[in-house]
This record gives sequence, structure tokens and C-alpha cells, in this order.
Amino acid sequence: MPEKSITIALAGNPNSGKSTIFNNLTGTRQKVGNWPGVTVEKKEGHLKTNVYDLSVVDLPGTYSLTAYSIEEIVARNFILDEKPDVVVDIIDASNLERNLYLATQLRELDTKVIFVLNMADLARERGVKIDADKLSELLDVPVVFTVGNRNKGTRDLLETIMSVAEAEIDLPRTRRVYYGKDIEKAVGELSEFIKEKTTAELPYHTRWVAIKLLENDGIVKERVLQSANPKGEAILQEAELKRQRLRDFFDEEPEIVMTDHRYGFIAGIVKEVVKTVSKQRVDVSRQIDQVLTNRLLGLPIFVFFIWAMFQLTFSLGAYPMDWIDAGVGWLGQAVGQILPEGLFRDLIVDGMIAGMGSVAIFLPNILILFFCIALFEDSGYMARAAFLMDKVMHLIGLHGKSFIPMLMGFGCNAPAIMATRTLESEKDRILTILINPLMSCAARLPVYILLAGAFFGARAGNVIFSIYALGIVLAISIGRLFRSTLLRGKVAPFVMELPPYRVPMLKGLLIHMWDRSKIFLRKIGGVILIGSVVVWFLSAFPREVQFSRDYEAEIAGISDHYRPLISAAHGDLRERLLGKKDETISGLETLQAREKIERSYIGRLGRVLTPVFAPIGMDWRGSVAVLTGFVAKEIVVSTMGVLYTVGADEDEKSEALKVALRKSNMTPLSAYAMMTFVLIYVPCLATVAVIRRETNSWKWAAFSITYSTTLAWLVAFMIYQGGKAIGLG
Amino acid sequence: MNLSELKEGQTATVARVGGDGHFRRRLLEMGFLRGTEVYVEKYAPLRDPIELILKGYHLSLRVDEAANIDVEEVRSGE
Ligand SMILES: Nc1nc2c(ncn2[C@@H]2O[C@H](COP(=O)(O)OP(=O)(O)OP(=O)(O)O)[C@@H](O)[C@H]2O)c(=O)[nH]1
Ligand SMILES: [Mg+2]
Repeated sequence: MPEKSITIALAGNPNSGKSTIFNNLTGTRQKVGNWPGVTVEKKEGHLKTNVYDLSVVDLPGTYSLTAYSIEEIVARNFILDEKPDVVVDIIDASNLERNLYLATQLRELDTKVIFVLNMADLARERGVKIDADKLSELLDVPVVFTVGNRNKGTRDLLETIMSVAEAEIDLPRTRRVYYGKDIEKAVGELSEFIKEKTTAELPYHTRWVAIKLLENDGIVKERVLQSANPKGEAILQEAELKRQRLRDFFDEEPEIVMTDHRYGFIAGIVKEVVKTVSKQRVDVSRQIDQVLTNRLLGLPIFVFFIWAMFQLTFSLGAYPMDWIDAGVGWLGQAVGQILPEGLFRDLIVDGMIAGMGSVAIFLPNILILFFCIALFEDSGYMARAAFLMDKVMHLIGLHGKSFIPMLMGFGCNAPAIMATRTLESEKDRILTILINPLMSCAARLPVYILLAGAFFGARAGNVIFSIYALGIVLAISIGRLFRSTLLRGKVAPFVMELPPYRVPMLKGLLIHMWDRSKIFLRKIGGVILIGSVVVWFLSAFPREVQFSRDYEAEIAGISDHYRPLISAAHGDLRERLLGKKDETISGLETLQAREKIERSYIGRLGRVLTPVFAPIGMDWRGSVAVLTGFVAKEIVVSTMGVLYTVGADEDEKSEALKVALRKSNMTPLSAYAMMTFVLIYVPCLATVAVIRRETNSWKWAAFSITYSTTLAWLVAFMIYQGGKAIGLG
Repeated sequence: MNLSELKEGQTATVARVGGDGHFRRRLLEMGFLRGTEVYVEKYAPLRDPIELILKGYHLSLRVDEAANIDVEEVRSGE
């Protein structure tokens, strides 16, 4: 039975492998990717040993304890306020010098620290040899080597964590950064002042507070004011006085001088512990970039990658899609035969199977799409995309970094919107959030594939790509518009690290893909199932409707009409008559089913919507479908599956929806207008909730709903009416 | 001379970092200190941003922002 519980924080520079180590330690699957800023909120995991109950916290990456963006503030606050028992600093060993900057800052704190030299493999490859014992001795901290992505060194790390947690050691007060005579004097005096003059209880040890105050650290100033009340003011005044004196002396801000000293201290350490054994061999990553971010080829290749991603998704996905489609069709038929005719059978076959099945067939497409996105994320291309697109994003007054959430939006807008936390400026964040839903997510893909597949045949792939392109163009134009009206502001600086390319691990890619698909499958079994059942109920009730004509009588009349003719005829003629009779009757039956659904509850709802949607070329069924799509975009398809296939021939069940769509009065033009509408209109419920949370305002959520829906209608209107005017429709 | 005036394939030594407080501090924390060597790896296809190599890692920076960094001892090669 574990008896003691301790908290471990994993801190470190962005992209140093914190989440990878976290996953190794706790056996969970937090998202890992090869670009700075993957983790944007703290994540907790648990691990039990025979003595300890460890709770491990994965933090967003930071370059220093000076926080600039939301996700950095999260990391910093956790370390400062929650006071974890041990802080594990994950250091990218192949990039030691810069990583040691945060490391030295962490060592200035009260907490116990362990250094993990991760990416030991990369360091070795580069011919960098690090003397861990020396480093450990020089800084008086335990040092462990790991290779996160191969799960090496995890046991070592765990043992070190436990021995450090156990040890009742005094925190090392020596072998810290020495800030030079003048600053040290100021630090000493300010510490004295705090201790003697105020006897204030501060949450951190005095030397550290003094250092931070001399660095003019906003958050520490706030904490001092809170906890040292009423002496806080006096402390801040004294600190300002000292800052002023130092500023005059150095002719420079004290924090800048102190940064200099830290790096000086680090340079000394690096000199002692690092040996470069061989001069760097060919740098593969740089060579790849000679092509991928090449002056001439970079952008065309980027566009090609995006195009290829959608082509692959569409064309490769088509094969398994046909199989699943056939399977769903077969299932519907089989169940239809087993169950006795009646309401219950209709609910299962026309409601559940038709609804869920119409969405489930897109699983292969979704898998492929997420595989491609995972490839971008894990290889390191994501950061390059931001690099290539920075200038374009500049057009809207945004940053290359804003492009990363946009690319993620092709998968799902909800996590993409959270990824905007890496942006430093609040206005940039809101702007990026507002335009993100224009990046068409995977949930909308089924709608496109269905409609494009039904109406554009071989050109479907390019048609779908044009929809995505339209989304991007709109995002840029709308972004520009908002930038120059609602969200005016200066462009934030674009400082972004470009990590080396890595060969993605197949396992990692598969995990990415599977995790996303699980969400998709869960949706099918959840909201989509419920949605289909609700739509089916609304379409099946009321049971008794007043028809405009007496179908029963007409059908009986036709039978009566053909009976004598058929019994009199022989051979060919008889066959032809039989066929003709069946055709007429089934035609009537279809009409009857149609009329029945038009008079059902959902049909009535559809009629209410018609005036709004008719100008953009959508009939009442399409209107109802997009309305239900607010819950989740896939539901557009499942609703269409329930509404359009009503009365379809049983043997047509597979591909039924496409056939039914072609038979309805939809044209390629109206299908295209509907696709653009679905692209732009209201983000799904989950996304709206995330927008509300991330902007911390209902106002922006409501704004996002209104502007997108208005814009969607306008664009679809222009396409449909414009197309009709030039004679497309 | 400032960093944005360098050509691809040139190396220079940082002399001073200007710009407003926050941004300046961030650059210093990322390693742009006086005396640090910076190599201009390349300009992006649309001439902006710049990819730099310093202290063994790659960093991208806008041309406008790079103009805040004064450099000296410009030379060709790494
Ligand atoms: N070669 C190598 N790659 C590693 C190692 N550890 C992690 N990686 C890879 O480094 C990349 C970054 O890993 P993450 O765990 O996402 O890094 P992080 O520190 O959580 O990053 P942020 O959340 O963005 O701050 C991923 O592509 C990992 O597969 C290692 O020891 N060697
Ligand atoms: Mg992470």
C-alpha cells in the first residue's frame, strides 16, 4: 500500500520531450509532437510504487521563468504556487546551453530539482559528449540521461526521483549564478531590508524574491503586495530604488545585465562538461530544409502537401469506404428481414442503421486525414509551415505561429482553438480563434465526400480541395476585416524555434490516429445515434397523416386495371405488363412515403425553414440536416441518411443515399452551395463551448455563431444564384 | 549594421539588442547576448521571416524584428 504521496512537476523548454517522459512514467498517452507548444495546459497522471503515490504533472514548455503567454504562465504558476515536491527539468541535451537557462532559474528556487538530459541520442549523433557527473557536481543536482521516444532511462529517472524525494537534504545554497559584485550587493541589501525592516512572511525564500524584484518581475511584485501587506509597498519602493541605481550604473536594465550573467555562468559550465568529439557530420535536417523551405520550391511544396493530403484522404479512403458501405447495406437488409415489419423495425433500420451507417462509412477517410496531420506534427513540418506562411499571415496582422492552430483545425477545431494559447497577444488569440472554424474540420469531410461523390464523379477530389481552399481564403479575408475593425492592434513579434526533423515513429503515428478515431467512433455511438433516432422519430410521427390523394385506392385501382390484362397476356408481353405494373405501384408508394414525411413533424419544421434556405438552393431536407448539424457536423450526413433514403428500394440500400440524392431535385450547383454553407456556418456545439472557454466570454461565442452563419448564407447565396445566372444549375 | 541587413550564409556577432522591453528580454533569454555568433541560414520564400542559427539551434525571426539586433564582425560562412 503506498503511504506517502508526492507531486512531481515536469518542466523544461518547449519541445524538449516533457510529454514523452510523462507518458513513459505514467503509461498515459498525452499528445506528443515535434514542434514547440504542443502541450498548452497542465496534465496530471498517477503512478504507484510500493512506497509512494506519485502524482506527475506535465507542464507546457517555457524558455524561462519569465512568462509571456498563457501556457507559459500556467507552467510558471504551477512551479511557484503549487510547490511540487520535486521539479524534474527535462533538458534537450542536444541543445544544452539554451536549456540550461531555465535550469539555472529553477535551481534558484526552493524546490528540489533533478536534471534530465533527454535526447541523449541526438546529442551523441551530433558528436556532443556531456559529462553528467561533472554537471551534477558543478551544480549540485542529480543528473539522469534519457531517450524519451525509446523509453530509455525511465527506470533510472524514477529511482532518482524517489531517492531525491526521500532525502531530507538541505537545498544547495551554493554554486548558484553569481551576478557580479554590484548586483549581488543590491540583492543582499534588498534581502536584508525584506528580512529586517518588514519581517514579512513571503511565499518564497528571500534571496529569490530580491532577485526577482530587481528583475522587475510583475507576478512576484503582485505576490509580494498580497502576502506582505501592508509592508509590500515599502519593499517594492526599496526595490525600485535599487533598480534605479543599478540602471544608472550599468546604463542598462538590471534584468538584462542579470540575463547576461546567467548565460555567462552557463557558458562556464558548458565549457567544463561538454566535449565535442567529432565535428558535426552532415546535418540531414538542414538538407531537408534546403528543399522544403527553399526560396522557390518551399511554397509550391507546401501547397502540394496539403493538396496531396486531401487527395489521399479522398481517393485512398474510397476503397474501404465501399466495403463498409456494402456491409452497412447488408446489415440493414439482414436486420430488415429478421425483424417483423412495424415501427420497431423502422426505428432500427431506417433510424439507427441508416443514420449511423451513413456516417460510419467515413471512418477510413478520417483515419487517413488524421494520419497525414500526425505526420506533419511528428516530423517537424508544422513549425516549417508556420515559417513559410508567416508572411501570408502577416497580411491579416497575425503571426506564423497562428498558422499552426489553423492547420490543426483541418483535424478538429476544438483542440486547435486551445492551441492558440501559445500566442502572446490576447487580440491575436481572439482573432485566430474566430477564424479557426473556417478551417474545415474532419467532421465536415463526410458531407463533402457524400455530396461531391454524388454529383461530381471523378472530379470530386478537386471539388473538395476547392472547398478547403475557399475556407482558407475566407479565413484570410475575414481575418483582415476583423483586424482592421474589431481587433486592431500591433503585430506581436514572431520568435519561433525550428526543431530538427525527426523520422516519426510508426507507433506514435498509429496512436495519434487511433486516439482521434476513437473520438469519432464514440461520436457515432453517442450523439449521432441519438440524433438519428430523434430525427427518425420526428419523421415517423404523427403516424396518421392526411394525404393529398388516396394512395391506397389508387394502388388498388392499378392492380385491378392490370389483373385482366396480365392474365390474358403471354410470354414477353406478360413480362412487360408485370414490370409496368410494379413500376407504377412503387412510384406511387415512393410518392406516398415522401408525402408522409413531408407531413411529419420534421417535414413541418422543414417547411418553416424553406423560405430561408430556398434562395441558396437547399430543399427542406437539406435545411433540416444543416440545422441538426449544429450538434456535430457529421449529423448533417446522418440526418440526410434518414430523410433522403425514406422509401428507397431495399436492394438499393448500399449507396442508397447517393442514389437518392441524385434522384432528388439537387443539382451539382446546389450541392456545391450546400457544401460551402456547411463549410462556413455555425461551429459545432463542442467548438462553441471551447470558444466560450478560451475567450472567457459568451460575447465572442455568440459573435462567432452569428458572423459565421451570416457569412455562410451570403456566400452560398452568391454561389447558387450567381451560378444559376450564368446557366450552371 | 543590423541583423536584417545580412545575407544568407553570413555570420555576425551580436553587439546589442534593442526593441521594447518584453521582446528584448525574450531575445536575450533565447541567447542573443553580446558576443554571440549568429548565422543567417536563410530567408523564407516571401523574404520574411529569417531563419537563424545560434548556440546550435534554429530560430526564426521577422525581418523587422531582426532589425533591432545590432551586429558586428560580419563574415561569410559559419
Ligand atoms: N530523438 C529523440 N526524440 C525525442 C526524445 N524524446 C522526445 N523526442 C521527440 O521530441 C518531440 C517532442 O516531444 P514532446 O514530448 O512533445 O515535447 P514537450 O516537451 O512535451 O513539448 P511541448 O509540449 O511542446 O513543450 C517528439 O517528436 C518526440 O517524439 C529523445 O530522447 N530522442
Ligand atoms: Mg508537451
